[in-house]
Amino acid sequence: MKRTTMDTATIKQLLMTSVLLLSNETLWAQTNDPHAAHSQSTNVAPAESRDPHANSGGYTLDNAPYGLQSEHPLHLADEHNLAGLRVNRLERVAADENATALDAQAWFGRDYQRMVVKTEGSYLNETKYDLNTQLLYSHAVASYWDARSGLRYDTHTDNGTRSDRTWLALGIQGLAPYWFELDATAYLGEGGRVAFLLEAEYELLLSQRLILQPRAQVSLYRKSDTQTDIGSGLSDAVAGLRLRYEFSRQFAPYVGLEWSGTFGETADFIEAKGRPARETQYLLGVRFWF
Amino acid sequence: MKKTPWHQMNPPRVSRRRFVQGLAAGGVLATTPAWLYASNNAQGPADAHTGSAPVLSGRDIHLVVAESLVNFTGAPRMATTINGSIPAPTLHLREGDEVRIRVTNRLREYTSIHWHGIILPYQMDGVPGISFQGIAPGETFTYRFCLRQSGTYWYHSHSGMQELTGMYGAIIVEPRETQCVRADRDYVVQLSDWTDEDPMQVFHKLKKQGNYYNYHQPTVVDFFRDVSRTSLGQAIDKRRMWNQMRMNPTDLSDLSAATLTYLMNGVTPKGNWTGLFKPGECVRLRFINSAGSTFYDVRIPELKMRVVQADGVDTEPVTVDEFRFGPGQTYDVLVEPKTEAYTIFAQSMDRSGFARGTLTVRKDIVAPVPALDTPEWLSMADMMGNMAHGNSSAGHSMGQISMPGMDHAGMGRSMQHGGMKMDHREHAQALSRPSSTVRHARSEYGPSVDMRVDRPRTNLDDPGVGLRNNGRRVLTLADLHSVGGPLDTRGPGREIELHLTGNMERYTWSIDGLEFGKSTPVHMKYGERLRVILQNDTMMTHPMHMHGMWNELEDVEGRFVARLHTIPVQPAQRLSFLVTADALGRWAWHCHLMLHMDSGMFREVVVS
Repeated sequence: MKRTTMDTATIKQLLMTSVLLLSNETLWAQTNDPHAAHSQSTNVAPAESRDPHANSGGYTLDNAPYGLQSEHPLHLADEHNLAGLRVNRLERVAADENATALDAQAWFGRDYQRMVVKTEGSYLNETKYDLNTQLLYSHAVASYWDARSGLRYDTHTDNGTRSDRTWLALGIQGLAPYWFELDATAYLGEGGRVAFLLEAEYELLLSQRLILQPRAQVSLYRKSDTQTDIGSGLSDAVAGLRLRYEFSRQFAPYVGLEWSGTFGETADFIEAKGRPARETQYLLGVRFWF
Repeated sequence: MKKTPWHQMNPPRVSRRRFVQGLAAGGVLATTPAWLYASNNAQGPADAHTGSAPVLSGRDIHLVVAESLVNFTGAPRMATTINGSIPAPTLHLREGDEVRIRVTNRLREYTSIHWHGIILPYQMDGVPGISFQGIAPGETFTYRFCLRQSGTYWYHSHSGMQELTGMYGAIIVEPRETQCVRADRDYVVQLSDWTDEDPMQVFHKLKKQGNYYNYHQPTVVDFFRDVSRTSLGQAIDKRRMWNQMRMNPTDLSDLSAATLTYLMNGVTPKGNWTGLFKPGECVRLRFINSAGSTFYDVRIPELKMRVVQADGVDTEPVTVDEFRFGPGQTYDVLVEPKTEAYTIFAQSMDRSGFARGTLTVRKDIVAPVPALDTPEWLSMADMMGNMAHGNSSAGHSMGQISMPGMDHAGMGRSMQHGGMKMDHREHAQALSRPSSTVRHARSEYGPSVDMRVDRPRTNLDDPGVGLRNNGRRVLTLADLHSVGGPLDTRGPGREIELHLTGNMERYTWSIDGLEFGKSTPVHMKYGERLRVILQNDTMMTHPMHMHGMWNELEDVEGRFVARLHTIPVQPAQRLSFLVTADALGRWAWHCHLMLHMDSGMFREVVVS
């Protein structure tokens, strides 16, 4: 996989492969407790399952007797597009250096297919900031899981030196049993770079509005990248606790505590710049969505 | 019919005008003519007729759909109304009459009116895109149909969210022959729910967060309370299955008092709709659930209710303390109040709020309002059907494949599907009872479905979550027996099975895992008698309303229970009804929870 630039055909091929891989039903099939009286999340229909169109008499909504030829045929919300913007984290980080961090998603589309723009970044000052933006096609592959594929663009600026990276993104996002919110994405970059990012969140309702949210994130890289301070292997991990108060479901300020650490070569790069490899930070932020 | 002075009305405007309006009065404001609705009365006690809709009768009726300002919560809002009142005028019609109802649209969007439960030609059914084009702004549509039934029904808009914003009214069809139900007084008690939010916004919020309005979710505090009351192990056990399944045991209602104001005859609980009686009188209460998304549990403390009609059809009287009904359903009850005052208490199924009114001898005398019941978690039976009763009894339950007789019946049908012909007698035998063999649709295996029930419960005598063993006699479907039995005594010629499905995390609702847009019509052959099996593969109760044709509910043995137009199907329940396809045309069939309907829990029925 050695190449410096990726032509459209290669990108297309990779995207196709990823979509195929992610929509592979057996990948999502969960074994069910044979004693359970219900089943869940099995995407494979057994042979004896019914044909949902068996009672149609061959008719369709557009083609059946007594049709109206209506200029306003009935379309319900399942055929309408919706849009949303969710700012999961907009926070001020109080550490040795006070940075501002953002984690937001905007989407447009329908229940099972949508386009997602995802942005994550941190800003310290004009000479030091990170921003990664992803444009993803998200489609539902199982009851609780969406496959996402697309492109990611990173901007890493340190001491005024800017390094940009482009990746192909390929991941899943959803809700695991016991209500763990998971997001796992693999990235393929130029020059054979491969990265893997795993994020997990949980919500503990202390009351109907006071919610404690543990969150963890790890990043792994196949290759070192000195320009962006990344070492190969386990590069960095974050574990945080955020306590938010939902004035409404859509607006919740929070306080938090987050431990972040870099490892291996990454830690060396960071320490070489005179910054701590591991630190604990206090957070003050707000979560909102439309 | 009364004359409607619509020319006197100014077009309503939403403005910054301040309304000196007590919440107790509530209701339609401003442009409402005083004779229509007496609630725009800022001072003094509410008028005796507060909340009682005007009555229109005769064979020629004119309804005008327009916007009106209302104020239920302290904030003025725009509603869509019929003749400027909420509820809309009660239509007092007579069985056997051919009525002409002109509906004029003064909105800036299309509108429609559907006559809920009335048997009529499909062109008159009022579903835009299915039975007609809808009524364009400025236009008048003339509905014309003959009343071939009597009883309590209702009407509402079938366009967008107009029903939620005020377009619903009662229909009383007087029987041609003598009334078998005798009462000294007769009141319509129409329950509904109101949100100050734009219903479309409410819907979009749920699409983004399915539990947006649920403020009864399990918390850490509840967990420790359970630990201290029972043990750590039991507290964990109680939650394990729910959490593993990613299901919420408090998911009883999509909307709650967090956005809804519960109304009785268009009046808030504080407004207290009042019906007068003289001690010793027999009072008929025609309960109609016109809510967009609320199941109501109705009772009148200290007073027994004799249920005499369900969905407009006379039913053998049954005396109860309480009944639950969902959007679309109606129950007529008789009460004989003795003392001075009684509270009509209708709490929402999720116990977040209530609608309330008073039966009293004098309008200044009220009765105590009971406290809301404690919200209950859904039980394992709601998620797992029959398995929840434990393995030993499950072995004897209808859903088990271990019952050879049932298994055989199921096989008979699958053979038939395979193209093999059976002789007529064998065929009739196989169809004498509804099939208990659960067959999920192919399309249920995918993202649109978050659970499938393999061993559903088939009993009709469960009042449902929150009403089980509450010490009160609660009506169940098993208590209903329509007077006179089925309209058609033929057995079913065939059987179809549909599953009610959804995904709460995505807030998608469907049938057989397919939303309306992906569906094909259900075809019924003109004149045929068929059985429809509905199985609920979700954890919510869905009031399923079929337009145009009666649904004759049967029990698990295939015995007739009741003729209904809206059948509530409980979580993990499998029930069946017979239909005589005697109404040519296209018909809507859907969950009457408005947001479920709009999500796609909707089918078209073609009779040809």
